[in-house]
Amino acid sequence: MDPNPKKPNIPTPDSAISNGSTHSYSLVPDEVLEKVLSLVDSHKDRNSVSLVCKNWYNAERWTRTNLFIGNCYSVSPEIVARRFPRIKSVRLKGKPRFSDFNMLPRDWGADVNPWVVMFAKVYPFLEELRLKRMTVSDESLELLAKSFPDFKALSLSSCDGFSDDGLNAIATHCMSDLFPFEESVEVAQIMVEAVADCNSEFVLRCREISVSNVKASSEEGRYSTEKSMVSFLSRFSTSWTYSKVVLLDVSFLEHEKRNLTELNIQDNGTEDIGGGWLSCFPDNFVSLQVLNFASLNSEVSFEALERLVSRCKSLRVLKVNESVNLEQLQRLIVLAPQLTELGTGSFMQELTPRQYEDLEISFRNFKDIQALSGLWEVTSLYLPVIYGACAGLTFLNLSEAALQSVEFSKLLAHCPNLLRLWVVDTVEDKGLEAVGSSCPLLEELRVFPADPYDRHHRHGVTDSGFLAVSHGCRKLHYVLYFCRRMTNAAVVTIVQNCPDFTHFRLCIMNPGQPDYITNEPMDEAFAAVAKTCTKLQRLSVSGLLTDLTFEYIGKYAKNLETLSVAFAGSSDRGMQCVLEGCPKLRKLEIRDCPFGNAALLSGLEKYERMRSLWMSACNLTMKGCMLLARKMPRLNVEVIKDEESDDSQADKVYVYRSIAGPRQDAPPFVLTL
Amino acid sequence: MEGVFKGDENYLNLEATELRLGLPGTNESSVTKNNKRASPESGKKIGFNGDSAPKSGDPVTAQPPKAQIVGWPPVRSYRENNFHPNKSESETGIYVKVSMDGAPYLRKIDLKVYSGYSELLKALESMFKFTIGEYSEREGYNGSEYAPAYEDKDGDLMLVGDVPWEMFISSCKRLRIMMGSEARGLGWGA
Repeated sequence: MDPNPKKPNIPTPDSAISNGSTHSYSLVPDEVLEKVLSLVDSHKDRNSVSLVCKNWYNAERWTRTNLFIGNCYSVSPEIVARRFPRIKSVRLKGKPRFSDFNMLPRDWGADVNPWVVMFAKVYPFLEELRLKRMTVSDESLELLAKSFPDFKALSLSSCDGFSDDGLNAIATHCMSDLFPFEESVEVAQIMVEAVADCNSEFVLRCREISVSNVKASSEEGRYSTEKSMVSFLSRFSTSWTYSKVVLLDVSFLEHEKRNLTELNIQDNGTEDIGGGWLSCFPDNFVSLQVLNFASLNSEVSFEALERLVSRCKSLRVLKVNESVNLEQLQRLIVLAPQLTELGTGSFMQELTPRQYEDLEISFRNFKDIQALSGLWEVTSLYLPVIYGACAGLTFLNLSEAALQSVEFSKLLAHCPNLLRLWVVDTVEDKGLEAVGSSCPLLEELRVFPADPYDRHHRHGVTDSGFLAVSHGCRKLHYVLYFCRRMTNAAVVTIVQNCPDFTHFRLCIMNPGQPDYITNEPMDEAFAAVAKTCTKLQRLSVSGLLTDLTFEYIGKYAKNLETLSVAFAGSSDRGMQCVLEGCPKLRKLEIRDCPFGNAALLSGLEKYERMRSLWMSACNLTMKGCMLLARKMPRLNVEVIKDEESDDSQADKVYVYRSIAGPRQDAPPFVLTL
Repeated sequence: MEGVFKGDENYLNLEATELRLGLPGTNESSVTKNNKRASPESGKKIGFNGDSAPKSGDPVTAQPPKAQIVGWPPVRSYRENNFHPNKSESETGIYVKVSMDGAPYLRKIDLKVYSGYSELLKALESMFKFTIGEYSEREGYNGSEYAPAYEDKDGDLMLVGDVPWEMFISSCKRLRIMMGSEARGLGWGA
């Protein structure tokens, strides 16, 4: 029952505009708006929110705490610092994806240092930093380690440029040393209480202390970058500090929450950077929850690792590298039965029957394990030790283990709840048949080639393996499949069985290879994918393909966001169809295709709605790229010069939208047009 | 510069006559480019007596090895050649300890990973962060404080680079990066 029958006169957007009022449409008070917006997490939603009106733009920028930047050159640290004052976690991506496959020269860029320098100045309360495909120097890691007292999580995925020294710094400074800062905060709090009690004498005394601190700092001379950020901040006036504290809503009294909880290094290069860093964690450091150094090659001190695992009772993710053997693994996992994700070390070691038994028991003791990886050089002899942990497994990563179909099938019989499976093609089609029959809940399958350059002429997997999986795993929606032969008919059936594909990445390893039964191009296959899989977000095509494939993609793949094309297409028309047809396209990467300037120039405004375009070994010329650059000043059109190619060809072209203008840090072989 | 990559040049010529299934005009380069700009080691005349030739394909089929296209298939480099189910004893790596005068702890490297002296020396340079001078048969390593030496089967300390590569990896027991005057003494022939 409405006690108030008369509704208040709420200003409508139209009335606000027609009244010529300077207030934008805001019947919601700022504090309420900010409170509501602080609950909005997705950065896409937040970007939409910020476009509503100036009030909402401001409310959004004050409440955003998670920053996501998909291309570090699309914006500059200065611009970010001006817009967002309260960032606590950052996800930053750098190089284009093809850099993973050695297609970008060394020293191309994506140096994280200017970002870390800005974060240190503007976001001293930063808690998380997640980087992908960026160059991270030891200096940056050292600055990171010393500048953020609240720092909790560092994740480096496909990054390079750092060594043992940098990780050393992270480990050494994993516990925050906030004491001088705390002091000033306490003084500020006392001062505020004194004001509330109208105790002016106390207030003045507090003010004297804070002022004298400021004087002391100015007498000591200019702040040098070598002093830690923390001691510098402690010299600030307490009123300034307290106001910042209120603004940023940070509680200094929660000691345990202030230390490092996550160190996650993935897909690192093969350089041996050294393993001394692990020994640098202080003896009283206990807060680690996630430790992943599986992709680092160097040997670490096992004693230090064992002690670390034993004292970090909250550890839930532990992924060690190949240098840890089975005996050592056993010692680690008895200390951490609470793990939810385990990455083992090398599985190649001769065990006594007693050791085997102990290992079996330890794996059975995992009550909460969901993900298993590592398993380097595992053989059929020792694979069964993990069976006890498989019942609850949802993610099994065997991409480092060259299993044969027999032992693989036996293993799968123990893993009925798998959602995600990564495997090497040594398991062959027979192994994939076992996947189809044992893992009905499977959603994601990745099959990697053991012999990508065909040096040993292994059989690998084919169309029949993929078919078998699609028959048994109807919930499959993510596939990455490397094979040596495929047919159109198989793919058509596969997508009929599994129409919910969101990610379809098929790599027929011989460039431009047709359907091996009909000798036709693979157009029909990808047409079926585009037509049937209405939720398709990511597509990688391969095999012999004409423009027809791209006509179909442009016509049907309305949700497509990422497209990777190699050795495909017949003419400019192919690329044009995609650019005209796929409204949600964000990333387009093309190599070795007969697309030229006409195709490139059919994009224009489209590129401003995309994150980036990569084209290499196509038919682009410098003239075409310069024309694009002239017509679209808000795009960065970069050509990477190859020493061997002649000056009129544009061999590697990278186009992306940016509000920061051309790169300031481009190396001499990157030309911005 | 001539002489440096001769082995690779011969490999290239074989490829020109190979029949391939692929689009005409497909860009193929036989040598896997690494990320570094192609800068032949001008000035360095490291003895290339017997750099190991690139391995050919399966001897049974006598098929010339497929030319490797840069970045294709799109797999990360660490996935290369990791899986040979028929790995026999002889295929496991040749691990030797590497010590450097003045460094607190040793490192270990697999000599099988490198195809010749230049790769090995580059790897050592980057691992220990120093530069090696120019090698010549007469004077050893000129132009830097450091010289790479190794202990051979007989226990003798030898200068790296004097013997053919294959002979080196089969006789090398451990590596030592020597510094200063000690190093210079080695270079002056017996």
